[in-house]
Amino acid sequence: MQLGQRVYSGDDVQLLTASGLGILRGERVLFEGVSLTVAPGEAMVLRGPNGAGKTTLLRMLAGLTRPEAGRVNRDAALHWVGHRDGLKPNETPRTHLKLWAKAWGADADVDAILNDMGLSRPADVAARYLSAGQRRRTALARLMLEKRPVWLLDEPFTALDAEGRDRVLAMVAGHRQGGGAVVAAVHGDAGFAASREMVL
Amino acid sequence: MGMLSAFANPHRFLALSNWLAPLFYALGAALIGWGLWQGLWIVPKDEYQGGDIMRVMFIHVPAAWLAMASYSAMAVASFTWFIWRHELADIAAKAIAPLGATWTALCLATGSVWGKPTWGTWWQWDDARMMSVLFLLFLFLGYMALRAAMDSRQKAARAGAILAMVGGLNVPLIKFSVDMFTSLHQDSSVITSEGPKMAAVYLWPLLMSGLGHSLLFGALVMTLMRAEIWTRRAARQRARLLAGA
Amino acid sequence: MSPAPILSAFRQALGEAWAGGAGALLPLGFFAGAAVLVPLGIGTEPGMLRAVGPGILWVSLALSSLVTLERIFQADVEDGALDLWLQTSAPVSAIAAAKTFAHWLTAGLPLALMSPVLALMFQAEAGTDLLSGALIYGLGGLAFFFWGGVGAALSATVRRGGLLIALIALPLYVPTAIFGSMAMSDAAGGDSAPLLLVASTLFSLALAPFAMAAALRLAAD
Repeated sequence: MQLGQRVYSGDDVQLLTASGLGILRGERVLFEGVSLTVAPGEAMVLRGPNGAGKTTLLRMLAGLTRPEAGRVNRDAALHWVGHRDGLKPNETPRTHLKLWAKAWGADADVDAILNDMGLSRPADVAARYLSAGQRRRTALARLMLEKRPVWLLDEPFTALDAEGRDRVLAMVAGHRQGGGAVVAAVHGDAGFAASREMVL
Repeated sequence: MGMLSAFANPHRFLALSNWLAPLFYALGAALIGWGLWQGLWIVPKDEYQGGDIMRVMFIHVPAAWLAMASYSAMAVASFTWFIWRHELADIAAKAIAPLGATWTALCLATGSVWGKPTWGTWWQWDDARMMSVLFLLFLFLGYMALRAAMDSRQKAARAGAILAMVGGLNVPLIKFSVDMFTSLHQDSSVITSEGPKMAAVYLWPLLMSGLGHSLLFGALVMTLMRAEIWTRRAARQRARLLAGA
Repeated sequence: MSPAPILSAFRQALGEAWAGGAGALLPLGFFAGAAVLVPLGIGTEPGMLRAVGPGILWVSLALSSLVTLERIFQADVEDGALDLWLQTSAPVSAIAAAKTFAHWLTAGLPLALMSPVLALMFQAEAGTDLLSGALIYGLGGLAFFFWGGVGAALSATVRRGGLLIALIALPLYVPTAIFGSMAMSDAAGGDSAPLLLVASTLFSLALAPFAMAAALRLAAD
């Protein structure tokens, strides 16, 4: 999947559009005819019960899952933070962020990011010894490595304490102010003003 | 319901196979029958090739041909599905696999039965055909096992296609390497019963047997494909009912 | 497109392969197993060992590849790292090739480098043949790892997929095993065998990464 690197500031530009998305789960239709657009500064919240297809839809938007109907137009670079953290058992928050900063060619101040995410103390602790919340913070810290217009977040607040939640909300607010957009699957109160909600 | 009706409704195939399959069964049975009658009773035995037991070649050699041809067909069907995503191609590949495996096993079994009284061993490592066919068996079994291990039908089709194409591209290389390997050890006389040097009295029953086996194989493939089509239809019906549509 | 993700994938795979010291132990383990267990099993008559030695090392190489590959892609699927690798700007085939190459470096190459020692234990004659033998095992092992990688990528979502990987990979290993053993023995077929081995290894390097990429995209789907 190719990611564009353009920066958007116009009002009429859509960062992400999808039309007529559909997929089967076995022989059953999971969802169909799903369309959405996301413009700079917008936040879309996906709601629905477990198994409704929120994760599947997000993965389609990210290009990880192939839709059986419809298409997605990814015009802007995106950040993906899924259910799973992407951490290896022996990775530390520092090595994880350094790895992806290098892989993405991003010039990032890893120490500052770790500090911002409250990961300074466990920065060099292997993931197998971290708490679920600490692993989540590490995954979310990837969002800070590089500026990308679109954030796709799958239940970002899972395992986070109140302080972690607040940090993430602040990150989202800052991102939206800078012209970025967010599509997030959440349970309960999103905590930020959603431009739009979609219930699956 | 746009997505579901996008699956190819194989009316034409069902209509065609409705009469073609029985025809192939009949012709195939007839040719195999004639070939067997010729092979078992009519043609003279060849002491050099083991006496009466060599008559099993009228099953063994066609089975070897079919083993190779059916894997190629499976690879081509997989490639067709991979490029054009026509569901019928995937159904064909899925149907060919167990049948190809069966004919491969038949070839190995008859080869073994031929080898034991003739050369004293149940297995000959120097026989290029047997070795190639053995590896074909693994290719078929691997394909079937991989498809079975996938979570959904769609994933099974994709995984199978990748493996069948990789295997298909490798089969010539495998055959070449096996031929090279066995040509080095050509001391014991191997089951060489092919080629223009074979007497016409053997050649005709062999060719007719080959054709008969091919027709039978084709008929069975069509039967399995029909069964698969109906199975998938039934599953979709059930899904529609459950969804309340 | 930049090569940065490919290098990162390579470095991470290299680090993972050596994790916990298992990296160095694994090839040594196979080496020890082959060198010690086989003569115990089949007897110590020198002529027989000399004949059997090369084949034993090919088997060790094949087993080594199957065992190490089982986890490399499955771990990425399970912890979600595959999702991240699929989204970089580099081709997935290059990333898969980099990971596979890293595992060959840690589990295949050491065996090839140790092959002269193993050959001597199996009563081979000392000489430059041992060095060319290491090269042969190196090339052959590389093909094993790349074909095995295809099996591993296809089985990445299968629990306990080790057996499935072996079943898929075994036929693909055959040309390498045949050309490799022909190249090792001075007997018939001598000259063309090493070239054929190089050709079949190059074939695997050219084809396997694309198959792995398709399989990995399927695994993430």
